[in-house]
Amino acid sequence: MDLLFNIQVWDSTIRLATPLLLACLAGLFSERSGIFDIGLEGKMLAAAFMSAAVAYTSGSVWVGLLAGIGASLALSLLHGLASITFRGNQLISGVAINFLAAGLTVVVAQSWFAQGGRTPQLAGAARFEQIELPFASAVADVPFIGPIYADLISGHTILVYFALLCVPATWWLLYRTRFGLRLRAVGENPAAVDTAGVSVIGLRFSAVMICGVLCGIAGAYLATGLQAGFTKDMTAGRGYIALAALIFAKWRPWYALSATILFGYLQAIALRPDLIESSFGFEIQGQLLDALPFIMTVVILAGFVGKAIPPRAGGEPYVKER
Amino acid sequence: MEKMPQWADVVLVPLVSLLLASIISAFVILAIGESPWAALKLMVNGALGSSYGWGYTLYYATNFMFTGLAVAVAFHARMFNIGGEGQAILGGLGVALVCLYIPWPHWSLALIGATLGAALFGAAWALIPAFLQAKRGSHIVITTIMFNFIAAALLNYLLVNQLKAPGMEPATPKFAQATHLPSFQDMFSFGDTVLFRGTPANVAFFVAVLACIAVWVLIWKTRLGYEIRAFGHSESAAKYAGISPTKIIVVSMLISGGLAGMMAVNNVMGEAERLVLNAVEGAGFIGIAVALMGRSHPFGVFLAAILFGFLYQGGAELALWTSIPREMIVVIQALVIMFTGALDNMVRAPLEKAFIAFSKSHAKAEG
Repeated sequence: MDLLFNIQVWDSTIRLATPLLLACLAGLFSERSGIFDIGLEGKMLAAAFMSAAVAYTSGSVWVGLLAGIGASLALSLLHGLASITFRGNQLISGVAINFLAAGLTVVVAQSWFAQGGRTPQLAGAARFEQIELPFASAVADVPFIGPIYADLISGHTILVYFALLCVPATWWLLYRTRFGLRLRAVGENPAAVDTAGVSVIGLRFSAVMICGVLCGIAGAYLATGLQAGFTKDMTAGRGYIALAALIFAKWRPWYALSATILFGYLQAIALRPDLIESSFGFEIQGQLLDALPFIMTVVILAGFVGKAIPPRAGGEPYVKER
Repeated sequence: MEKMPQWADVVLVPLVSLLLASIISAFVILAIGESPWAALKLMVNGALGSSYGWGYTLYYATNFMFTGLAVAVAFHARMFNIGGEGQAILGGLGVALVCLYIPWPHWSLALIGATLGAALFGAAWALIPAFLQAKRGSHIVITTIMFNFIAAALLNYLLVNQLKAPGMEPATPKFAQATHLPSFQDMFSFGDTVLFRGTPANVAFFVAVLACIAVWVLIWKTRLGYEIRAFGHSESAAKYAGISPTKIIVVSMLISGGLAGMMAVNNVMGEAERLVLNAVEGAGFIGIAVALMGRSHPFGVFLAAILFGFLYQGGAELALWTSIPREMIVVIQALVIMFTGALDNMVRAPLEKAFIAFSKSHAKAEG
């Protein structure tokens, strides 16, 4: 079972799961407040481009990160405007945002850098550095624990650790604070929240904005952490995989962690066909691994393995009673 | 409550949305240092100024008619079929199998066979999402998105393994000569005047027009169409009238998937004459914009499809002659979807107010 005990595979699992996890938690906030968001992909893509472009021009990855979050927030605002203020169709708005990002990033990248829709390669301070945790090199030689600490836990960018911290933070915010209680309530029964004198629109907008910030970080990680620069369509369906993970996780933070690690693991082993063959004794088609997150989500949706029940008021614009 | 006249709802609202989308696109073009007016002239000349331009415009329009009708039929049953892309991929598979493994004597028979194969495969790909929606309540939008990805992976697998022609490229062998569909060049060139030279527009355009008429008859002239519309307006009322929700959801999605699949007759059989990776090129998604713009009416879909065909061919010309990349069209498409779909209320409310104010002042003046 080389696949299960290979440190490299788990290392790249963590790297690949990070953008999925951030986007999945982003979607969790939005959908828990009753706003469906299939525009995660577009927001990540816009953030990936802006962060890479600004990090390149300013030379600072932190300024790039802020710009990426800004781009993602702008699209979130548009989504909020369409689906909360004007009570439009949330799904259609999400589709439009995905196309808007797919088109605009290439048009603007071509205009700014003239490299066929890419940004120049990032280097040095324009990228997130890998962080060496204390004593990583010292314990590297200790059997078993050493490599796990030195190679698997240590040596990621700060955004990876931030994403992992977001899981307990999200849990605490949703289940242990007044804001979280109201946020969950507004996704189940907005009329009750309104009756209690709390603004439905305010709550939903704040959820959509949190979603924007997290998508922005996810996109910035893609372009400045995982890779060194923006390339056309670099999200490559990750926003949709995150959406699948959200359903897989039944809209819960800790399940979101395990679902995104599972999907990240599938992406990681797809990169190592040699290990798959030595573990199973036969080849597994890469296309099957690509499709597996989606197939598993359909099975979950079908309700054969534990039913996934979305927030009850999801997708419905709230109309105040008169 | 007073309403605005129907013509305003059907014509004015989409046109205002289109205008808003164009204005924003013009600003984007201005911002990247090109002239919007010159860009528009180039697009009109390139897409509509010659039979060559029309040959491409109508070819793209044929694709968008099929996918637009697919989304429109589902909209009538108040379902959002976002899986046109995957259904069109599977339609391509159906066309390829029919053309590769059946020795057709004549293109007309091959066209019928391929249309059936495409519709069958497209419909089959919509069946599972439809069934899960009807029986399990899984959201059709999510399942059809998942099926788009599964379809892409499936086609990738088949083209790299089972169906692959000798050589490096993941594509099927070329279809037999007998399945070659007459192109517009074959049909409309007389003597020395060659029209539509080298363009991919072909006889499938007329299949698309027939499909528009058939959908119109289906939705407004048949019992099934009535049931679909009734279900779309109110599920509870339809149930009360004895209409089975399961039947309507499954049947309308099968029709929708079949229409999306039929697009393959145009792009796979008519143009490429073999099945390649990524043959659909996003046409399934453009169907969403086309159906929204055309207000889910077959005639509206017909016009909107030609508009988007114009945008696509015009966009290709822009990419060729200016520094505006092809993706500009994706931006325009996104804006059209945004304004006609999600921001519909924003466009509609001021128009409605204006009409009501106008009719009131009119009534006063007369009274």
